[in-house]
Amino acid sequence: MPRVYMDANATTPLLPEVMEAMRPYWMEHFGNASSIHLHGQQAHAAVNQARETLAQFFNCRAAEVVFNSGGTEGDNTAIFGLLRPGDHFITTAIEHSAVLRAADRVAEQGVQVTLIAPQPSGLIDPADIAGALRPETRLISVMLSNNETGVLQPVEEIGKVAADAGVFFHIDAVQGAGKVKFDVRRFGCHLLSISAHKMHGPKGVGAMFVRRGTPIESLLVGGSHERRRRAGTENVPGIVGLGKAAELAMESLEDGTLDRVAALRDRLEREILRLPGTGVNGGRNGDWAVPRVANTTSIWFDQVEGEALVIALDLKGVAVSGGSACHSGSTEPSHVLMAMGLDKTRARASLRFSLLKTATEADVDHVLRVVPEAVEHLRALSPVVAGTAG
Amino acid sequence: MINEQTTIAVAMSGGVDSSTVAAILAHSGEQVVGLTLQLWDQTRLAGRHGIPDAPKAGRCCSLDDVYDARHVAEHLGIPYYVVNQEERFEQDVVRPFVREYLAGRTPIPCSLCNDHLKFDQLLKTARSIGASRIATGHYAVNEYDAGRKRWILKRPADLTKDQTYFLFGLTQEQLAHTLFPLGRLTKPEVREVARKYGLRLAEKPDSQEICFIPGGDYKSFLAAYLEEQGEKAPETAGELVASNGEVIGHHEGIFNFTVGQRKGLGVASPSPLYVLNIDPASHRVTVGADAELASRTLRARRLNWISIPALTGPIRVRAKIRHRHEPAWATLEPAGPDEAMATFDEPQRAVTPGQSAVFYDGDEVVGGGWIV
Repeated sequence: MPRVYMDANATTPLLPEVMEAMRPYWMEHFGNASSIHLHGQQAHAAVNQARETLAQFFNCRAAEVVFNSGGTEGDNTAIFGLLRPGDHFITTAIEHSAVLRAADRVAEQGVQVTLIAPQPSGLIDPADIAGALRPETRLISVMLSNNETGVLQPVEEIGKVAADAGVFFHIDAVQGAGKVKFDVRRFGCHLLSISAHKMHGPKGVGAMFVRRGTPIESLLVGGSHERRRRAGTENVPGIVGLGKAAELAMESLEDGTLDRVAALRDRLEREILRLPGTGVNGGRNGDWAVPRVANTTSIWFDQVEGEALVIALDLKGVAVSGGSACHSGSTEPSHVLMAMGLDKTRARASLRFSLLKTATEADVDHVLRVVPEAVEHLRALSPVVAGTAG
Repeated sequence: MINEQTTIAVAMSGGVDSSTVAAILAHSGEQVVGLTLQLWDQTRLAGRHGIPDAPKAGRCCSLDDVYDARHVAEHLGIPYYVVNQEERFEQDVVRPFVREYLAGRTPIPCSLCNDHLKFDQLLKTARSIGASRIATGHYAVNEYDAGRKRWILKRPADLTKDQTYFLFGLTQEQLAHTLFPLGRLTKPEVREVARKYGLRLAEKPDSQEICFIPGGDYKSFLAAYLEEQGEKAPETAGELVASNGEVIGHHEGIFNFTVGQRKGLGVASPSPLYVLNIDPASHRVTVGADAELASRTLRARRLNWISIPALTGPIRVRAKIRHRHEPAWATLEPAGPDEAMATFDEPQRAVTPGQSAVFYDGDEVVGGGWIV
């Protein structure tokens, strides 16, 4: 049975070049980047080379790149590292749980938190952020691209709001990495977090842009790694892999790859929407198309339990994810779709298709063979299944 | 490729029984998909009204059980999914449970759950993902009788684990698509099979209590649930009367009582007193001696028949009126539309409205209903 993976927003496979770049750093160049001897120097050089690449990727200075364990650590660091009781924090209702749960925790500790709701299109209005500012506001955190809808947020305008107010600005750019060109100067952010595994790098490693002078407190203390901004022996193979992945991502941003992915996504979307009782979540504001990343579409299917559709598709060789949170035991339909104003039934009836940049026409063909059949099967079986939600 | 004719969805709770079912079917070469129904968030009422802050491990639907089920599926190399049915469970099981208690009856949520979730919904889910049959770890035997052209539900080999009492609501359609692979095994044999297939949870203790009520303290559960819902228990305080009609005290609500209850009546008496009757209309709770608890008859409604198409006249059965009750000989006859009356040969203690009555002919389940 052919298997097609359309869940790139969950994770991506290593590209062969990334695997090759990492290979020497497990056994041959195994040194600790903090050591004085040759082994240490080799490791240090590799980390620094990756730092240079990431600086180019972010458009910042190398000294402003901090390596860490991934997106969750970056998001947590921004929030726990800057906010103190009495501060005010503005973020949005559609953030990843790495931001939202961290916000819950600082709220318990006496930070005032404002969650900005998106418009039905999935966009955050910078004016809503500006309207929420208070004298005590210390940090604004907004994602670059939403993991479920792919909608790109107007971070530049939000950066201007932050600059005018003299407030720190963090961008959770995990879902934007490799999909849009980064420029932290243009974004006007002080902090920006990415994760390697969302752009064909290894899991368990990420990076954060920390603008010079940002008074962020390290979550982990110990050695003086990463200019005292993140203690812990550097994950050298992981960092090398992240560097290579960032280098390849910059090439893909220039060579037309994303146009090709967008064309595949658009065809997938267009063909699926031929099914009655379907629609795209977000991405449109009346006649105006809201900018989205190239690889993502979130589609609802009336009279279908998304959970069952995800399972049925998996058993037929198509890997996608549903409109609910990732883990077993979750009770609520997607907080992102709910915040956009969908009702529970429709949120639960939604699927996310997110294409790898290596996706092919044949992948889309296979998905288009399987999805309509599975949807019709589900609808025929339980025309009232939507009644379970509500 | 998934073949819809042969794929079996196993309902996996994370316990020994359903894990062993998955192992038996997977090792016999069947196409098996593991499903766990997520029914209740064990942390939901934590900290309210005497509900512990953190749920105990090893309870139905706890994350630990999901981990265990997932681990077994990974060990067996079968696809495994968690299916969230919390809203349906609340609507079809928890709310009726609360409503019944508040009305002075003693409900039995496991049968409701079997009727609505474990079979009805599971079969729907199985079909929607491309499986045609389901298998569960219930101890019961399910066979087709070509002569009667009916699916017959029978008591299992291990009578100490007999779960047919909770399965009387199964329809012919459900039975036709359900496998009970443990029906001919004893519990020790099941653990032996589990060990043979390398399931590390072979020694996991059985779960006993109502899965959504920590510690079996239903009064705390009712209070916590009502508080969460922003509702109040209806005012059902009333008189406590002796069986001769004499008022001997007052109580604070009929939901504090169940027929046969001895403790917590709040009256002093030289001989032990038991709840004989709860009248939801007058809020009157009648108490009396143990001997007065005995009833000669029971009436049941919302009937389901398994070994017979319908009850058309009197038949001899053995009737079971609670989970741990030894079925007693009775004559069963129709008593109106969707109502039957059983007359026991010997009076039975504590016939309790809200519980189910299940009727047996030898090992076969004839059918059952809900005691009114």
